[in-house]
Amino acid sequence: MKPTDIGAPDYFHKVVDCQWACPAHTPVPEYIRLIAAGRYDDAYMVNWNSNVFPGILGRTCDRPCEPACRRSRVEEAPGEGAKGAAKEPVAICRLKRVAADNKSDIHSRLPVVPKKKNGKRIACVGAGPASLTVARDLAPHGYHVVVYDGDLKAGGMIRSQIPRFRLPEEVIDEEVGYILGLGVEFRAGKRVDSMKALLAEGYDAVFVGSGAPRGRDLDVPGRKEASKHIHIGIDWLASVSFGHVKKIAKRVIVLGGGNTAMDCCRTSKRLGGEDVKVIVRSGFDEMKASPWEKEDAAHEGIPILNYLVPREFTHHKGKLTGVTFEKVAAQYDEKGRRSLKPTGEPLQHFECDEVLVAVGQENAFPWIEKDCGIAFDEWGMPVVDKITLQSSVSGVYFGGDAAFGPKNIIWAVAHGHEAAVSIDKYCQGEDVAKRPPPMVHLMSQKMGIHEWSYDNEIALDRRYKVPWRDASQTLKNIKIEVEMGFDRATAFKEAERCLNCDVQTVFINTKCIECDACVDICPMDCISFTINGEEKDLRTRLSAPAMNLTQDLYISATLKTGRIMAKDEDVCLHCGLCAERCPTGAWDMQKFLLEMTPAGPGCRSRAPKKEPVPA
Amino acid sequence: MTYLTKPKLHHPTLQKNKVGYTRRDYEGKISTLCAGCGHDSISASIIQACWELDIQPHRVAKLSGIGCSSKTPDYFLGSSHGFNSVHGRMPSVLTGANLANRDLIYLGVSGDGDSASIGIGQFAHIMRRGVNLTYILENNGVYGLTKGQFSATADAGSKSKRGVVNRDAPVDTVSLALQLGATYVARGFSGDKKQLVPLIRGAIAHQGAAFIDVLSPCVAFNNHEGSTRSYDYVREHNETVNRLDFWPTRDAINVEYREGEVIDVPQHDGSILRLRKTQPDYDPLDRVKALNHVAEHQAKGELVTGLLYIDPDADDLHAHLNTVDMPFNQLGVKELCPGAGVLEKLNAAMR
Repeated sequence: MKPTDIGAPDYFHKVVDCQWACPAHTPVPEYIRLIAAGRYDDAYMVNWNSNVFPGILGRTCDRPCEPACRRSRVEEAPGEGAKGAAKEPVAICRLKRVAADNKSDIHSRLPVVPKKKNGKRIACVGAGPASLTVARDLAPHGYHVVVYDGDLKAGGMIRSQIPRFRLPEEVIDEEVGYILGLGVEFRAGKRVDSMKALLAEGYDAVFVGSGAPRGRDLDVPGRKEASKHIHIGIDWLASVSFGHVKKIAKRVIVLGGGNTAMDCCRTSKRLGGEDVKVIVRSGFDEMKASPWEKEDAAHEGIPILNYLVPREFTHHKGKLTGVTFEKVAAQYDEKGRRSLKPTGEPLQHFECDEVLVAVGQENAFPWIEKDCGIAFDEWGMPVVDKITLQSSVSGVYFGGDAAFGPKNIIWAVAHGHEAAVSIDKYCQGEDVAKRPPPMVHLMSQKMGIHEWSYDNEIALDRRYKVPWRDASQTLKNIKIEVEMGFDRATAFKEAERCLNCDVQTVFINTKCIECDACVDICPMDCISFTINGEEKDLRTRLSAPAMNLTQDLYISATLKTGRIMAKDEDVCLHCGLCAERCPTGAWDMQKFLLEMTPAGPGCRSRAPKKEPVPA
Repeated sequence: MTYLTKPKLHHPTLQKNKVGYTRRDYEGKISTLCAGCGHDSISASIIQACWELDIQPHRVAKLSGIGCSSKTPDYFLGSSHGFNSVHGRMPSVLTGANLANRDLIYLGVSGDGDSASIGIGQFAHIMRRGVNLTYILENNGVYGLTKGQFSATADAGSKSKRGVVNRDAPVDTVSLALQLGATYVARGFSGDKKQLVPLIRGAIAHQGAAFIDVLSPCVAFNNHEGSTRSYDYVREHNETVNRLDFWPTRDAINVEYREGEVIDVPQHDGSILRLRKTQPDYDPLDRVKALNHVAEHQAKGELVTGLLYIDPDADDLHAHLNTVDMPFNQLGVKELCPGAGVLEKLNAAMR
């Protein structure tokens, strides 16, 4: 294998599994250390810069970082003396909330908006997370950003679809307020009905962040007849959020297995639903809802019934009486693809008074005229560049659910950042396809012979649970938040579980005397000195086999004895013992800080602008 | 050294041996030696060898004297018996322990000062008596604890870190052990565990006096230009006579070798030591030739490593003295104190 190029920003970035997995590339270990140090304001701002909505995401994020967390690969397996506890990642998401909960007034740290604008006007369609991110990234650079939304308050799906018992309204007001406070013009209650009309207003660029606003319906017999008692999940949740709906019947069936279904059933429980069930086509494990959201529903005593496909809404005199289901079973073909086949058992009927349909969301762009030049694909989705987020019309960008279909808030934020970079470059007359590289810092953490500026001792604690408010209290009032968040002491202990994967093991081959001290001390058998070879072969003959192919091998140049140093990044604890035991400083622990380059001067070309040649 | 204890977490594929322990279970406390000390690699090799041999930790007694090397038993086999004796006196304490309980596996850990200076007399006698042990001499050529003076094994002409040239002749412990009747004599290098671990396994399995001289560079005081115990010097002047494979049973022998490349040495317990020759003419069964070979290469400034001599028919001190088969702690009061009548008889036989 060739020696690893640690100068390439991606190499060490991949080692920070959480940051690599985060669509917005939040420097997770950095803010977790700040939380451990009690520097909540600093931790909050690290988050705010990357993901814009720390308080909101700290409660609602889909947390792609957590399945990626190295901690869940290195903890002892159940039964190995750890009281049977499962291997679990660091509670990254809920630590984010700790920063938001404990910070002081951070207004003074927000970007200063220049008095003199740059003359460019940007329109954002929809006031959801994607549009607000674009607005936040552009407003501090003198752009005049106008955000349109049909609702009276900004926030989009954050405000309309996420129930208050998961996300209090104050948190939304606060974090949306930081952005609108940057001189962003919010046109409340002004739904954009025509793209043509919008384009005619002469904006320098348009960003479409209108989400996936249409809840999918279920076209089975009885749907029309009983329509008074059948509601589309996201629309119903929005009506609840805005106070139009205040109660529901006693017997409720929620159809669907995603996070919206979980929000629907838990909301029903709080609005008078006594017998609330979730009924899903698929099996429990294949449900789209996040495991923790299913757990939350189960905690509130809501049964989830699987492998039942709705066939008919039964009704009597215009009143819904129940739903009939067909039992199915999962079958796998030779390629491992799953299909649901009827088992042939008699249809099952469940009685109920109201049904909430939460079987998916769709994009809808009735307001974009066919002849305004924006191309759509055969599925009705806009043709959007995956990196620049530009549509077929230059100057028109899409992001969030509007661009590639329903995802989640953190993806919307990531799109917002990229679209802001594109818009900035576009407005400055630059090529949007030339993307700015991220900013990378690599700095030694050495303070003394065996002292580091990070806490390198490995805590053996298992993941701490976020305390829940008592169900008897939370089920009575839809506005009482269920999770209470970590207190500071627990947050410290949870933060100590973080392995500081951003503090990298950097190897300087010219200093190595091949004494084996690092090999001997490494608790995870990550380090080997061996003869070089092809990666496939090398992976089998290291101190411990490196079988996780998603994790890289760190390879040095050839050493004095003709061997190389090979380090398997997979299960490294970043404890720094290799560096402490190294007599020559060939190993050093260096903090890798990667910051995505946001819109603004940093993302623009450094080449001098070409003056137009005089005629 | 480091302030932290080594984290308990381990690689997910870490294996257990036949007696149910992982390699990590054979570790001891965290080492307090200097970072990069060769002795730590020797500790790691002992840990690896004991794990591979499926040894139950409580069946091992590790004894040492004084010095950097003699501190190391604290850093391996944390669940075994240990005795940190007086400077240079490990052999006599070990001999006593071995006479009292012949069932334990004895590891004697010592250094060049402990064995070649203050304890050279004790070293000589434990070898010639054939006490069943594995004597590991961690040889770095300097007194590390007192800041790097030459030890008795330092080569004449080698330079200290401060530039002083050694004028005294060295004690070669391998030659001494060969002359004094040790029945398993080897030399290893802390920087080559592939060679060292099998040598330690072979020594532990050997039922007699087994001696391994391990060249172990002192990173703090003897790893510079002009030293003959530095990592670089040892690597450049290492003349390996053979590579040892240790086979627990005959059935496991299935690797093909060309004629003349290997020597199988059957052991008392039915196991086999298989030696792959790296020097075709070297015969590890001949004590006199071994002595000559070591001396010839030493004169050229080369360091001969590998299994230098083995006596497959070795016996030990217990055989020499015709002692009872059982360790003392398993004998009853009747056997240990047979009474005045027996004493009377014994005294009468001496008259």
